[in-house]
Amino acid sequence: MSVRQSLLAILDQGPCYGYQLRAEFDRRTGGTWPLNVGQIYQTLDRLERDGLVAKGESDREGRAYYEITDAGREAVASWLSSPVERQTAARDELAIKLAVAATLPGVDLASVIQVQRTAALALLRDLTRTKDSIEEPESPEDLAYLLLVDAQIFQVDGELRWLDHSEGRLARAAAAGVARPLPINTEVPKRGRPAKAVQS
Amino acid sequence: MSTPLLRLDGVAMQYGKGEASVTALSGIDLEVQRGELVAVMGASGSGKSTLLTIAGGLTAPTAGEVTVGGIFLSTLAAKGLAQMRRRSVGFVFQDFNLVPSLTALENVTLPLELDGWRGIAARSAGHDALRAVELDDRADAYPDDLSGGQQQRVAIARAVVGERRLILADEPTGALDSTTGELVMRMLRRRIDAGAGGILVTHDSRHAAWADRIVFLRDGRIVDGTRREAPEQLLVSGGRHV
Repeated sequence: MSVRQSLLAILDQGPCYGYQLRAEFDRRTGGTWPLNVGQIYQTLDRLERDGLVAKGESDREGRAYYEITDAGREAVASWLSSPVERQTAARDELAIKLAVAATLPGVDLASVIQVQRTAALALLRDLTRTKDSIEEPESPEDLAYLLLVDAQIFQVDGELRWLDHSEGRLARAAAAGVARPLPINTEVPKRGRPAKAVQS
Repeated sequence: MSTPLLRLDGVAMQYGKGEASVTALSGIDLEVQRGELVAVMGASGSGKSTLLTIAGGLTAPTAGEVTVGGIFLSTLAAKGLAQMRRRSVGFVFQDFNLVPSLTALENVTLPLELDGWRGIAARSAGHDALRAVELDDRADAYPDDLSGGQQQRVAIARAVVGERRLILADEPTGALDSTTGELVMRMLRRRIDAGAGGILVTHDSRHAAWADRIVFLRDGRIVDGTRREAPEQLLVSGGRHV
């Protein structure tokens, strides 16, 4: 989970108390992933339980500082050197919607795609205007924020390319007679595991 | 509302006659105002480039009317059309189309000199246009000495030099890498915001997103258009630009 690992990576820069850690996370992510302080302390408790941070002394204001452990440093190094695992397309809501729609009678798939395309383009324009407001990053915070905006822009762009590609695939399938409704199978599915053949 | 920079009214384009005819465009109504960039998207063969050549008076439509700055193109003879293009329309192409034997400044001032501008006035306007795309310091460089992004910025300067206000751009970022393409789009956007207007033909959604409106062409017809609305929620709530 990137929040847990991000907080740990920030603690690798030095000890922090809860509110301070939240502020550090915010300035590194442009406030795009708001965390409440309860989530921060819950995460710190788990990190402490797992031996990745240790709760240190409290200051005169009663703020408890958390410090990263050696195991925590190893966890940060491992996180930075490992790829992030992505959700597969099979679990993507839009991909499922289009796949199911393609099996239904009377659905105008071109319209389904166009509605999604229009919404994606509107989001892309908003994100582009956001980016346009920062011509060149002037601080590490600006740079981090632009990286996040770019990530969203490229994700939406990827969705739009996939919609274009799907439109072409559906048109070819329709011409080949493959794109047709899939009626409900009236054969009752058998329950349980298929019976194994009896071996002599 | 003021006179649009460009107006297409019921524009159609058909190639050939009878059963062998091909309809490239049909029933196109489109307006471009000052300060407005309209992106045209669509699959290959959907009519995007045909629309651009008709808008710029390079091709006459088989039906409908085109007006540029309130002038009906159908009323102009070849000489008048050429003059209208020199004075009002700037084309930006994927492969820049700069004259290699001319400097950046000479490329930018070429349409003005063809239109009879005096040298000093043309050079002054050329420097203004180059300054607007942050390239005045390369005014004496030849195209071969400029990067692809810089060449395209020269082409944008040429497109808006003097009184030219209608920019017709056909895949202007097609030959550029992602970061340079973004810089060129930023420059194009700045020129639009400074009072130009234009059409951007592109297949790249990220670049179309710089437009105020996006129009989709399918089989020669406009099937959808989206307009840039007031800013809403730009990222998730709590984002600093919300």
